[in-house]
Amino acid sequence: MSDTTAMASGHVLQRARAPVEYNDEVVKKFMIASMFWAIVAFSVGVYLALELTWPAFNLGYAFTNFGRLRPVHTSAAIFAFGGSMLFGTGIFVVQRTCRARLYGGRALADFIFWGYQFFIVMAALSYVMGYSQGREYAEPEWHLDLWLTLVWVLFLVVYLGTLLRREEPHIYVANWFYLSFIITVAMLHIGNNLAVPVSYWGAKSYSAFSGVQDAMIQWWYGHNAVGFFLTAGFLGMMYYFIPKAADRPIYSYRLSIVHFWSLIFLYIWAGPHHLHYTALPDWTQTLGMAFSIMLWMPSWGGMINGLMTLSGAWDKLRTNPGLRFSVTAVGFYGMATFEGPVMSIRSVNSLSHYTDWGIGHVHSGALGWVAFISFGAMYYLIPVLWKRQAMYSTKLIAWHYWIATLGIVFYITSMWVAGIMQGLMWRAYDSFGFLQYSFIEAVVAVHPYYVIRMTGGLCFLAGAFMMAFNMIMTIRGPKAQRIALPHGALLAGE
Amino acid sequence: MFNGRFNHGIIERNAMLLLVLALITVSVGGIVEVVPLFTIETTVEHVKGVRPYSPLELVGRNIYVREGCYVCHSQQIRGLRDEVERYGHYSLAAESMYDHPFQWGSKRIGPDLARVGGRYSSDWQYGHLTHPQSLVPESLMPSYAFLSTTVVEDADIVAHLRANKAVGVPYTDEEMKAARDDLQAQATPGADLAALQKRYPKAVAVPGNGHGATEMDALVAYLQMLGTLVNFADTSTESLQQ
Repeated sequence: MSDTTAMASGHVLQRARAPVEYNDEVVKKFMIASMFWAIVAFSVGVYLALELTWPAFNLGYAFTNFGRLRPVHTSAAIFAFGGSMLFGTGIFVVQRTCRARLYGGRALADFIFWGYQFFIVMAALSYVMGYSQGREYAEPEWHLDLWLTLVWVLFLVVYLGTLLRREEPHIYVANWFYLSFIITVAMLHIGNNLAVPVSYWGAKSYSAFSGVQDAMIQWWYGHNAVGFFLTAGFLGMMYYFIPKAADRPIYSYRLSIVHFWSLIFLYIWAGPHHLHYTALPDWTQTLGMAFSIMLWMPSWGGMINGLMTLSGAWDKLRTNPGLRFSVTAVGFYGMATFEGPVMSIRSVNSLSHYTDWGIGHVHSGALGWVAFISFGAMYYLIPVLWKRQAMYSTKLIAWHYWIATLGIVFYITSMWVAGIMQGLMWRAYDSFGFLQYSFIEAVVAVHPYYVIRMTGGLCFLAGAFMMAFNMIMTIRGPKAQRIALPHGALLAGE
Repeated sequence: MFNGRFNHGIIERNAMLLLVLALITVSVGGIVEVVPLFTIETTVEHVKGVRPYSPLELVGRNIYVREGCYVCHSQQIRGLRDEVERYGHYSLAAESMYDHPFQWGSKRIGPDLARVGGRYSSDWQYGHLTHPQSLVPESLMPSYAFLSTTVVEDADIVAHLRANKAVGVPYTDEEMKAARDDLQAQATPGADLAALQKRYPKAVAVPGNGHGATEMDALVAYLQMLGTLVNFADTSTESLQQ
């Protein structure tokens, strides 16, 4: 009798302690894919910068022209690089924080991986071949949209299924952000891509909406691609990887709650600030502006929560350049989310809209926040996933950090100057009350800044190559004999 | 939180509740901002002159979309003094009411095109699209010479009109029936344009080469009508009534 009890309790104990066998194989695949797509996205970006600097580089072919390559760059950066990061880290985080194996089995996870990569490749090919819906960041035509919807819903099933089978009583905050990213992007994707195809066998379709309503729906989508794809999802990354790498709990649990709900509520309203002074009714513009300004608060609340997590661990920045990426990312996030509300004010927007200031702004978000938080997560994840002692070269990470930071500084400062100059030249009057400059004079004036921008892009690309090299050498290197990370539980049990 | 009466832990322990509440939270803003645009009547002004695109213009517009012209050119003149002086009357919502999708753009690497129609001759447009730097030496625009060598596929033009009709563009049966002829007539030298211009007032005949409309013809036909449909000089009481 006592034996049975002992055995039973022993069994229970064993079950509770039994390490969950996480599906890390699919996470590895996503990491390799995002590294690959990062280099593609940055390379195409540099090439586009070259075309804008010296238009002869358009080469005169339809498929090398700026207009067709630009969506390749944006899609590769946002959906291929950023998306693979979000899928990969999301799957990693949800399993760890739920203490549960990924729902749906290996085959479904692999289908999501290959299905998503297939979508990206087909989208890029379709742009250069001349298929586009003509909607920014939603260029793929209807058949690819349907395919993405399928993959996305399966991802939701897998993610939610894992949450539902969790062993932990509470759902960790990172998962709130990942989950809201998944469902909101699904809503936006379906809403913005409603269209009637010309035929079932052709790619061409016509948007279900037109003119002013179409514009509003597109920017409802477009701004929340920023808000949920590039912000909420990556905040999920911040909430997991910064505490892990710093070995500190999140600064404030209460702030996380306020951050989450206010961010997802307010972001959705911000779209109309892309349409100031246009034919969109004033009331909509004003709503968009007001909510964009309010958005500053949850954004900075999140930034404070991320940065203050470092309290008492700031010294780690000296020794852990991977963490340096993550923390700098949060800094850039704070900067970009301050700049955004400022630019959404109608009178500021009258100057900044249509200019390179907007390009600079998105890149301080895309390079400074999205790419840097991804790099930080990747430098943490690679040794963990492949069970290596550490990255192949810490020094190379530091080099990557500095060259990429320098690249961002070149990029955003040159675009500030170019953008503000364009805006001022377009609206300048001479002493007789005539417009002072023709359009082409403003084009000529920004040329030097386009050269600087391209240099910045090259720096950033060079950093990515260093990272890829470091990644390859780490994977090819020897397995760790014993896990000697400061938080040893990481690789062994948890 | 909330004097202890509400406990956020309830949401944190229930994934489905979290999902539903998040979905409700993210739905509000979109509903408030988008739905009224379909229901408030003054959102799109009632102005005379705005009409569906002629078949050749529609083909041209599709090329504009395909080549990603919108990534460098806006089609939306804001109500600001310098823009109105540079580009013409600020854009009305009505002027893009048949645009599926809208092409207002978000960046001006090149100038706004909302009222480029009639600003330059068709010959200038052909020359400029073929080799932009020959007319504007400092231009950053790529060459679109390849459009001249591609003949427009007109076999499925009716299907295109039908798809537009399905999303609300009021093409008539007569216009559908005549679509293929209209398409070619607009780019055929010496063709009788009376019927075409009755159906599509202010449609601009482009020179063409007499061997079937090319993509270049279509794009120029589209560019030449942009922003020309509304007569802003007409300030009679009747035309200003909403």
